[in-house]
Amino acid sequence: MAHSVPVGQKWWSGGRSPFNVEYGKLMMWYFLMSDAFTFGAFLISYGSIRFSSNSWPNPNEVFKSFPFIGEMTIPLAFVSLMTFILIMSSVTMVMAVGAGQAHDRKAVMKWMFLTILGGLAFLGCQAWEWTHLYHEGAWWGRNPFMNIDLTQSSTNFTNYFFTITGFHGFHVFSGVIINIIMLIKTWRGDFERKGHYLMIEKAGLYWHFVDLVWVFVFTCFYLL
Amino acid sequence: MDSSHTTTEGLPQEKNSFDTKAIWKTFWILLVITIVELVIAIIYYETHFFPKHILNGVFIIMTLAKAFFIIAEFMHLGHEIKNLVMTVAIPAFLFIWFLIAFAWDGSSYHELRMRYDSYQYEQSKTKAKPVEKHEEGKKPGKE
Repeated sequence: MAHSVPVGQKWWSGGRSPFNVEYGKLMMWYFLMSDAFTFGAFLISYGSIRFSSNSWPNPNEVFKSFPFIGEMTIPLAFVSLMTFILIMSSVTMVMAVGAGQAHDRKAVMKWMFLTILGGLAFLGCQAWEWTHLYHEGAWWGRNPFMNIDLTQSSTNFTNYFFTITGFHGFHVFSGVIINIIMLIKTWRGDFERKGHYLMIEKAGLYWHFVDLVWVFVFTCFYLL
Repeated sequence: MDSSHTTTEGLPQEKNSFDTKAIWKTFWILLVITIVELVIAIIYYETHFFPKHILNGVFIIMTLAKAFFIIAEFMHLGHEIKNLVMTVAIPAFLFIWFLIAFAWDGSSYHELRMRYDSYQYEQSKTKAKPVEKHEEGKKPGKE
């Protein structure tokens, strides 16, 4: 899979990037590594507490509501929609990166715009879900749901849920802000003048990371 | 090669490396895995046809598969040179220790509490009072 590199090429003798990527992009990778460990610490702490508990609420019971369909319930349908929105916006982000490599300013703007829309749609969904759970009585420090074996549940469930999805939602929010800045810079022609669209690629890495984290949050809170 | 002013100098031209078809293929893979996960979760919820532990294993494997496709294709890491892949991948192996250690710790804590903490033990045997979720005035907390 790796780049085909001529045999015997000396990467470390100077004059070229030993990792074959631009400095900023490499640093973005290292930042994302550290962010991955932050999320990892959150999720593993959640797992550890869950292992130490007698029982845990059933996600299919907790997350079964969907807006505008009233009392009818479909377990997990709404989070699946959120997952779909985020994967889709990841695709439009890759398209923006591709258009940037082809120096197609119009296309970059179009795809960045769609990515921002996807991010906003995801945030809207999350706002709805939080509001809905809040009205069911769930919040930090209070948990109206029972465990799956009908014993009393602790507030660990809601505390972890709101903290971790909140932290992820904040990442989505900052990703949307970054993407808006990138869209404005593209529109002003900044990248055209610079001669490359590497900033779009770096913003893209961050955006995909947000999607990547959601994959794990989805599994940990809604499936397991 | 002179790299006095930053950025693309010394880097290969990537103009032709972008592959739209591969991106859509990745998208479909991710979507199908997510739908399969969902269908399994719902079928399990309706019928309890299978031990949950094994399903959890299946879910985790599928999650890791999705993570691989996002990192390798969307984030393009699969197409970078091996040195870069390794500086990202090797630290990630810490998660293996991290997971095993803390899961172990959690379940050991559970065992100790069940043995020595009578409150915890009683709680595990006591059914909670059923709460009518949509009834007014029964919401815990303020308002």
